[in-house]
Amino acid sequence: MAVLSEVIWTLFKISLIVGPLILAVAYLTYAERKVIGAIQLRNGPNRVGPYGLLQPFADVFKLLFKEVILPTNANRFLFLVAPLLSIMPALAAWAVIPFGEGMVLADINAGLLYILAMTSMGVYGVIIAGWASNSKYAMLGAMRAAAQIVSYEIAMGFALVGALMAAGTLNMTGIVQAQSGPFWHWFWLPLLPLFITYWISGVAETNRAPFDVAEGESEIVAGFHVEYSGVAFAVFFLAEYANMILISGLAVILFMGGWYSPFEGIPLLGPMFDWVPGLVWFVLKVGIFLYLYLAFRATFPRYRYDQIMKLGWKVLIPVTVVWLFVLAAMILTGFGPWFD
Amino acid sequence: MIEKLLFYVFAAILIFAATMVITARNPVHAALFLVLAFFNSAVLWVIAGAEFLGIVLVLVYVGAVMVLFLFVVMMLDINLAKLREGFIRHLYIGLPIAAVIVVQMILVVSSGAMAPAEMPEATMPIPDPAETGNTTVIGGVLYTVYVYPFELAAVILLVAIIASIMLTLRRREGVKHQDIGEQVNVRKEDRLRMARSFGGSGDGRNDNKYPGR
Repeated sequence: MAVLSEVIWTLFKISLIVGPLILAVAYLTYAERKVIGAIQLRNGPNRVGPYGLLQPFADVFKLLFKEVILPTNANRFLFLVAPLLSIMPALAAWAVIPFGEGMVLADINAGLLYILAMTSMGVYGVIIAGWASNSKYAMLGAMRAAAQIVSYEIAMGFALVGALMAAGTLNMTGIVQAQSGPFWHWFWLPLLPLFITYWISGVAETNRAPFDVAEGESEIVAGFHVEYSGVAFAVFFLAEYANMILISGLAVILFMGGWYSPFEGIPLLGPMFDWVPGLVWFVLKVGIFLYLYLAFRATFPRYRYDQIMKLGWKVLIPVTVVWLFVLAAMILTGFGPWFD
Repeated sequence: MIEKLLFYVFAAILIFAATMVITARNPVHAALFLVLAFFNSAVLWVIAGAEFLGIVLVLVYVGAVMVLFLFVVMMLDINLAKLREGFIRHLYIGLPIAAVIVVQMILVVSSGAMAPAEMPEATMPIPDPAETGNTTVIGGVLYTVYVYPFELAAVILLVAIIASIMLTLRRREGVKHQDIGEQVNVRKEDRLRMARSFGGSGDGRNDNKYPGR
């Protein structure tokens, strides 16, 4: 009986995470179109509902009612499994994300490693989709995506090593608690090169502009998901946006003090914001990073493929390796307010 | 109770996947079954309490090694009929080798040398993994008791990295490479030559090398 009630309680908590997450994905697509519209002096969606607010639902229902087309000679089973393989890790990684003090589904010790393992599995959805479609464009897109994700994972892994060195723990809650204090106590300052590297590799990992050569519509139509339609396409879309939110959430937890208020510990200003719950700060910070994603897409031209590889291997990885040594020296000497 | 049930479920999937790796007709399917096998053995480790090893197995083998493997298998044009035709011909070598390996494994496992009681005692006290988390414990043991084997393994890996990079490093003549640093550092004087237009100066002198352009 105790086991059963625990299972139900866990399922309830999972739905508390996944439900708002999917809603956030829906409105992220809306925000993307509005923000890019504003940057390009357009209105964006404004027909369905007030200010176009019901547009995401209209899109979802349109996709749900469309036919899922199986290309001839496609590998039926793998073709249908691929979208599931890309959404599964994108959702599973949220299990260890702390939204506030103690607001975490699974407070495991190796949380950061778990996240890294889950994000590294997302590439299978892309590769299998590309291969099972039996299409040249899809295959080329899958190859590009796979090479890019594997390359940038190394830089990203090193950036995360920096965060775990600074915090001295792999536990996500522990990493946030190590940054308690006003905003200059957060890890973005001592780990600035790693923070920038993490964010660039995060954008590359999610295959978003300016690193979206895997989709490159001007060269290979839409890359790995060119043969997908209807719900299967919607699931890929969902996974991509869920991953964007995940990468932003990780950036907040590792470098931006998680749920802490930026004014914490400052006399006068700090107590003024004491009534704001930690969850609000977390969501606000994630929102800033998501806006960066959208602004990048609207303002940067797409990288050329060989330059993406050059940036990943010859710039980002050396920067992270050098900074790990600098960081080790800072920790040993008890530098600044971070490592005393 | 539930742990035991989970163990048998994941162990059964693991054995099924491992069998399919060697019986699947399509090489891409075989590689994907290998991914499934790795994932399930990682789950078994997690159930056994070795969460660090389990997650690292997923991270390294599922997330990196198998992706590259799949990459290669997908690019190769493997002729299955040709691969299969030697099966009977080589059976008389393969079968005895397999039999020897099986006998050796049975002897080692049944001898009890691998039972926990027979394992040599660690030379220093190892903290309880349940209290400090097994990432910390493994890190501590790796950098104290086993520091020399660990460093040796790292050096061997480094040699392998250098060797594989050397294998792919070949200079080909006539290939044009883009050097971004050179492009950025270019000065106006390197590219641009101010030419006086034909008869522009009015003193009758013409220092334009390409008249008419």
